[in-house]
Amino acid sequence: MNNAMYPIAVIGVVAAVTWALRAFPFLLFGNRPLPKVIRYLGKALPPAIMTILVIYCLRDTAFSQPPYGIQELAACALVVILQVTRKNMYLSIVAGTVCYMILIRIM
Amino acid sequence: MKELRFAFKNTVPIFFTYLFIGIAFGILMSDAGYSVLLTTASSFFIYAGSMQLVMVPMMTSGASLLSLAVMAFFVNARHLFYGIGFIEKFRKMGWRYPYMILTLTDETYSVLCSVKYDEGVDEDKAAFLISMLNHLYWIFGSFIGACAGRFLQFDMRGIEFSATALFLVVVVNQWRRYRTRLPFLTAMVCALGFYLLLGKEYFLIPTLVSCLAALLFLRKPVEEREGMADE
Repeated sequence: MNNAMYPIAVIGVVAAVTWALRAFPFLLFGNRPLPKVIRYLGKALPPAIMTILVIYCLRDTAFSQPPYGIQELAACALVVILQVTRKNMYLSIVAGTVCYMILIRIM
Repeated sequence: MKELRFAFKNTVPIFFTYLFIGIAFGILMSDAGYSVLLTTASSFFIYAGSMQLVMVPMMTSGASLLSLAVMAFFVNARHLFYGIGFIEKFRKMGWRYPYMILTLTDETYSVLCSVKYDEGVDEDKAAFLISMLNHLYWIFGSFIGACAGRFLQFDMRGIEFSATALFLVVVVNQWRRYRTRLPFLTAMVCALGFYLLLGKEYFLIPTLVSCLAALLFLRKPVEEREGMADE
């Protein structure tokens, strides 16, 4: 394949795979009445997926060497505490991120 | 207009995350010698942050299209699970249906999962604008990175934590809304178990699959606690 075409082909292939993955559940169930079990999963999966995404985001944290992921854990704790007490998602996200950015510079 | 303002208000955290990661991707692409057009096009068409970041070094080393396809499958396989909760909602959205499906990223998913529509806001229009704004932030970020990356000298290390914070906020909100704790606990057990067992590179997909299986197994107790059985 010549050099000019290669990046275009790469974008095409990666986009096609990504689109197919996103479309799959809709292609499978899109035009039929939803089976009850899928409706159940539609309710039960989102909180599970979000929980997994949080853990996935923290996967690069070095828990086994100093400072043992204290920066991540402290910032997460701040987000949770603010969200529980103040219920303002912007405040929680901004404060948590600023806290994290400061901690990784000073620790 | 009302819907646009509502959508913007609900996507502000994504604006910062996408702008930052988009810029990082743009810089990576321009350092590797790819054009602004190519960078912008990949953000428009692919629109999957981690895969685009992985793709750049693979492209410069001339990886085969097959290996890129396999990589894209594993990096993005989690998206197989996202649509399940939105089939009924998106189906009603007419011409917006395909766009909603193809732009369902982690961040868009989390906003659509947790958004509470204000009184008098057209829900379908607002949901569509949420998806579209996020997509535009991403394209805009990569465009900026590709054009001007070398001139940006701010030390923004750590701003990627805003995505983690967003996901955590969504979990807190869901925790309050759900009566059952089983989906959260199942996810935690599966994720931590496979993280310890397989390590950080490989735990995601087994976690999602085992969690799906466990939730199918726990259908009765979850439905009872959520009051779904009589629906």
